[in-house]
Amino acid sequence: MERFLSGNEAVAWGAWESGVRLAAAYPGTPSTEILETLAPMPNVYAEWSPNEKVALDVAVGAAYAGSRAMAVMKHVGLNVAAESLFYSSMTGMEAGLVIISADAPSMHSSQNEQDNRHYAKFARVPCLEPSDSQEARDLVGVALNISEQFDTPVLLRLTTRISHCYGVVDLKGTRPPERTEKPSYCIDTQKYVMVPGHARRRHPVIEERIHKLAEFAETFPYNRIELQDRSLGIVSNGVAYQYAREVFPQASILKLGMTYPVPPKLLREFASQVERLIVIEELDPFIEQEMHLLGIPAEGKSIFPLCGELDQQIVRECAIKAGLLPESAQVKAVQPEKGALPPRPPVLCPGCPHRGVFYVTNKLGLVVNGDIGCYTLAFLPPLGAVHTCGCMGASVGVAHGVAKAGIAQHHVAVIGDSTFFHTGMPALLNVAYNKSNTITIILDNRTTAMTGHQQNPGTGRTLQGIETGQVDLQTLVRAMGIQRVHAVDSYDLKEVQAALEDCVQTDEPAVVIARRECVLLPEVRKQWLPLRVNEERCNGCELCFHVGCPAIAKSDVLDAKTGRPKARIDPLLCTGCEICAQVCARRAILFRAQVSED
Amino acid sequence: MAKIDFLLAGVGGQGTILASDVLAAVGLRTGYDVKKSEVHGMAQRGGSVTTSVRWGIKVYSPLIGPGEADFLLAFEKLEALRHIEMLRPGGIVLVNEYAIPPLSVSSGSDEYPDDERLRAVLGALTPNYYLLPANALAEELGNTRVNNVVLLGALSHWLHDVPLPIWLEAVRNRVPPRFADLNEQAFLVGRQEMEKTHPCPRV
Ligand SMILES: Cc1ncc(C[n+]2csc(CCOP(=O)(O)OP(=O)(O)O)c2C)c(N)n1
Repeated sequence: MERFLSGNEAVAWGAWESGVRLAAAYPGTPSTEILETLAPMPNVYAEWSPNEKVALDVAVGAAYAGSRAMAVMKHVGLNVAAESLFYSSMTGMEAGLVIISADAPSMHSSQNEQDNRHYAKFARVPCLEPSDSQEARDLVGVALNISEQFDTPVLLRLTTRISHCYGVVDLKGTRPPERTEKPSYCIDTQKYVMVPGHARRRHPVIEERIHKLAEFAETFPYNRIELQDRSLGIVSNGVAYQYAREVFPQASILKLGMTYPVPPKLLREFASQVERLIVIEELDPFIEQEMHLLGIPAEGKSIFPLCGELDQQIVRECAIKAGLLPESAQVKAVQPEKGALPPRPPVLCPGCPHRGVFYVTNKLGLVVNGDIGCYTLAFLPPLGAVHTCGCMGASVGVAHGVAKAGIAQHHVAVIGDSTFFHTGMPALLNVAYNKSNTITIILDNRTTAMTGHQQNPGTGRTLQGIETGQVDLQTLVRAMGIQRVHAVDSYDLKEVQAALEDCVQTDEPAVVIARRECVLLPEVRKQWLPLRVNEERCNGCELCFHVGCPAIAKSDVLDAKTGRPKARIDPLLCTGCEICAQVCARRAILFRAQVSED
Repeated sequence: MAKIDFLLAGVGGQGTILASDVLAAVGLRTGYDVKKSEVHGMAQRGGSVTTSVRWGIKVYSPLIGPGEADFLLAFEKLEALRHIEMLRPGGIVLVNEYAIPPLSVSSGSDEYPDDERLRAVLGALTPNYYLLPANALAEELGNTRVNNVVLLGALSHWLHDVPLPIWLEAVRNRVPPRFADLNEQAFLVGRQEMEKTHPCPRV
């Protein structure tokens, strides 16, 4: 059957059709929809794990136990899971294991750009790369077969434009028959207990494995030569292949579906058949350098950029500059004179519970070591309330380090609930253990909002929405050894301020749990109630603009005395969180109770 | 036609994805190869977003480069201005006459470009630009949310080779059943609005 699927949906189908029995992941753009698509399918167990390392260990466990397994993460997730990648490469498994890494060239929603093909080489595992949704579906099954044939995890590398682009996919829509016998567990300590003595024996095995894989790659059907005009030969992979084909419809192309290890003979054969040889690949010169190591001269990053995504426009322009295409190949785009436009960066939503907390940290003049989640957006004006952000879980350790460096002023770490469970917990344990006066604010909006509202260990529901136990944050942080713990409502500015003031006046570790559901959650949406401005009371003092809510704007009405524009609330955007109403010194913004009275 | 490229531009949360889903489905039903590219994640939080849909005999790249779009469908005025250079000179632009001021505008530090500037810039690239009150028309139907489908209806006027039932089926298939009639109405309202002002489409 034919379906129009995103690369991510296609991967989920591919996993299901090739008999994956367990899939574990932590959400992260651009990978998130893979597990969301797979979760409702029958006869497969899927879970959100608290972080990518746990997810990969869970998948390894299933593969040790003889079940086909998949771990899914965004590129930086593989940094978190790197340890598990390396040991699982050493041990191999009893059944297929595929690790999906969704890389984010151009970082549409990421903190750094990295090319995870290096991980394949680093850990001696093969790397497969689809060029469209059909291949995304097909290569999952292929990866699992390779995994079993060579006793190795297989990295399936996607990028944003594979994950989030849609194309027609031919599906079988069926799955191999389910196993009827009970799974049995294979005990093989030489292979699965990585103590030095065993590991020393395994290392040559995995080096030998990668040699065999290079041989396998020579005839691997997804490494394919499309021989046409021989004056130009292009080696390409992933979505870059599509740009290459679009810009050079006549050129000869060697398309690599397996980018590590590369097939030496095939590359040499292709090189000998064409006059000028170039590599078109996104991010690092990975294939290019592999070719150089084989002594095959090819141009790549001397023509095409290393940073950011490619597209047909970039490929075309670079090719013209390098003399590969005539000037006339230029697409005639017109760049009209339009002047500077107001930017439209992503913002904290109207009614976002994070906003009030940052209003208070600003008011108290606190420096904030931030973390990754919606709340990172509070770095933007007018709030400007987040002063560092590196990677998930970094906030708490960084704030502790700042405190230990002898900075007198109190330091605040701000971290979301999902991020706290991901990697924040060991860092907070450290604050309690090594005692610094770090104040950790956990923004508990009862969801993993940034990536599209996934469940997490604090929400009381699983990936499938099934009820489960939920961790109690207060009990948890107390058990870690934090004694000064406040639980507040993020919408109640007075309460938030009182808690923070209490923390600031002591010299011990402290935690503020600021709790309020994300305003976009379905149950909360039902309670939206737009507020209104009492125009007679408003004198245009602008205080409410400092909360940085997209629902508050300057109106056309000027205050007679001050001459300044009065505030206006957009009824289509306002949710009625009342943060602005609490900030207004003249009580000019009506509270919910007042609005419903009218 | 060998290829038709559509660029949809709007603000995160505005429903550009539904519109692009419909366009993709219609392309497939009409017999084209289709690719679609969306933006997920951070930009969805009220940021500027674009989606591309490409119809063709065989589509390679899922993206649309500057000067390649045959149609620009803008769900908000400022976003039409922001992405206009993606249009092929002489291509068709449909703009929802609706403004969502970004934070820097509502807080008074930037100015929202006025309609005169909008028309001048669009006009410099193509005579075929049309401003439609999609939000207002949707509001008349009792639900401003269907403004995206109003705009799609207007677009369908310019693709007269595609039979109306294919459009309606694609729209109905992609909305919850209880909103199917409303969305069909919205589509027809948009289509009629375009027909009224520009009876003879020429592409
Ligand atoms: C290692 C890693 N995994 C995943 C992500 C993707 N990611 C960014 S923010 C976020 C979750 C944020 O959730 P939470 O901390 O609850 O904050 P919220 O967005 O709900 O405010 C995730 C999963 C990432 N950036 N890095």
